[in-house]
Amino acid sequence: MTPPPSLTAHLAALQSGESSSEQLVQQYLQTIEQNDDQLHIFNQVNPAALEEARQADHRRSLGEKLPLLGIPVAVKDNISTEGMRTTCSSRILENYDSIYDATVTSRLREAGAIIIGKTSMDEFAMGSSNQTAHKQKTRNPWDPSRVPGGSSGGSAAAVAAGCAPVALGSDTGGSIRQPAAFCGVVGLKPTYGSVSRYGLVAFASSLDQIGPLTNNVEDAATMLNVIAGHDSRDSTSVSFQKPDYTSFLGQDVSSLKIGLPREYFIEGMDPTIRQQVLESVEHLKAQGATVQDISLPHTDYAVATYYIIATAEASSNLARYDGVRYTQRTSEASDLTEMYVKSRSEGFGAEVKRRIMLGTYVLSSGYYDAYYRKAQKVRTLIARDFAQAFQQVDLIITPTTPTTAFVSGTKSNNPLDMYLEDIFTLSCNLAGIPGMSIPCGKDADGLPIGLQLYAPHFEEGTMLKAAAVLEKKIAFTP
Amino acid sequence: MKITQDEVLHIAKLSRLALSTEEVEMYQQDLSSILGYMDTLNSLDTRDVTATSHAVASAAFLREDTVTPSLPMEKVLRNAPDQDMDHFRVPPVIE
Repeated sequence: MTPPPSLTAHLAALQSGESSSEQLVQQYLQTIEQNDDQLHIFNQVNPAALEEARQADHRRSLGEKLPLLGIPVAVKDNISTEGMRTTCSSRILENYDSIYDATVTSRLREAGAIIIGKTSMDEFAMGSSNQTAHKQKTRNPWDPSRVPGGSSGGSAAAVAAGCAPVALGSDTGGSIRQPAAFCGVVGLKPTYGSVSRYGLVAFASSLDQIGPLTNNVEDAATMLNVIAGHDSRDSTSVSFQKPDYTSFLGQDVSSLKIGLPREYFIEGMDPTIRQQVLESVEHLKAQGATVQDISLPHTDYAVATYYIIATAEASSNLARYDGVRYTQRTSEASDLTEMYVKSRSEGFGAEVKRRIMLGTYVLSSGYYDAYYRKAQKVRTLIARDFAQAFQQVDLIITPTTPTTAFVSGTKSNNPLDMYLEDIFTLSCNLAGIPGMSIPCGKDADGLPIGLQLYAPHFEEGTMLKAAAVLEKKIAFTP
Repeated sequence: MKITQDEVLHIAKLSRLALSTEEVEMYQQDLSSILGYMDTLNSLDTRDVTATSHAVASAAFLREDTVTPSLPMEKVLRNAPDQDMDHFRVPPVIE
């Protein structure tokens, strides 16, 4: 395989007239058609994509210049897109017609992008393998017997398989970065509050954040330029000085101080992953960056803390699916309570039910202090670990995942095993800091390995400049 | 940490979920093992730690209280399983 064309290359070809948006979209639609029977990436392809491409070509012919004019973008199916469904890969929203655009969708459209389709995901973003999807259980393009990761597995697979040049995902505990690592693409979770959550179907509101999945670091910066920024329709959106994220690419890294947390290079992890990540760090050293060991002492408590907070918030957020407003209602109920119970029991899958019950338990009378309140306090300790680490270093580098893409079905019997899959990614959401995964090599089976970068709040630029240097030095080819 | 079948049924009731006998057994095992794992937090002393509900500390951004149009009724009701005269219709609450 040759390296896939970047957004920059696509935009240059559109601008010079070498290709049209119609041709570009046609080409991606063909790739979707060729792959989707096997890989199950898309829940829906936009029926108006070609028409929108022709409109984009017309606008370009009139001299309009927009950052993504005529570029197709795949969007995770928990992000609202008017004119298409938003199903969260759940039976309960199977026929839900989006009645408005999410803020990120509006920003993509204002930038001239064309939503090419809605990508499959773990049901309500609850999972790390895409196997909890009601239908369309996405396969890994590198090896279809393996999972693409999750929950943004469809978006990661879409980019890896060439079904879209770029995609949007959402990340609550690693749901952009883990599938990016498994599929050999770049995935970036922005600082909490820097990208609007308006129109993102809520899973865990204090952790959820939308971000890009792309073929390269520059495209991630370009996408972040389009989607980041304050939005008055999201009360957790932060008003901050938004930089030009592409301006960090090519910047000098010689003064960078990099920390390697010893808790992320643990016994029992795949030795190839450790080796490839450490070898990659040498490239930054060679450019003058200094590297030191650091400690994030509360790392061991992150999984428990995360699954208390995330399930508590989920149990509350998913209470709205009760058969009244969102399409799916049981056909057999004689009173209101029975209607709620049957609609929910028929509409949710096993993992979603498990998390609703866990969340209900940790919030229930008598257990609130022991679980939920305790977890909120440990969250403070985890955030404090990062704050202290960032007094010593500018950037933290870790492996994204303890293993490469696993074979479908191998972890589905024990939910706790699946939860431990997120061990390296979920502290980032608890602390609200930005995190990014880039491909840094392959294991013995030829499967991609992800390297993760963490930076302080709103310092995406530091991650991007280091990632751009690494990308140049690491010979990663699909 | 061992969750009883009665506790599973109680949580299911609070969650507005109905479970089959097999599901009760499955969730009893799952919840016991997951909540047992969560008990690891008890080894940490958090007496003097303040709780975090949002990780990025910033004052809530308040906007001007200006009237803007809401979604049109046609859109709001488009996904309603049942509707009547601009309302969502539900089964009777009281006989």
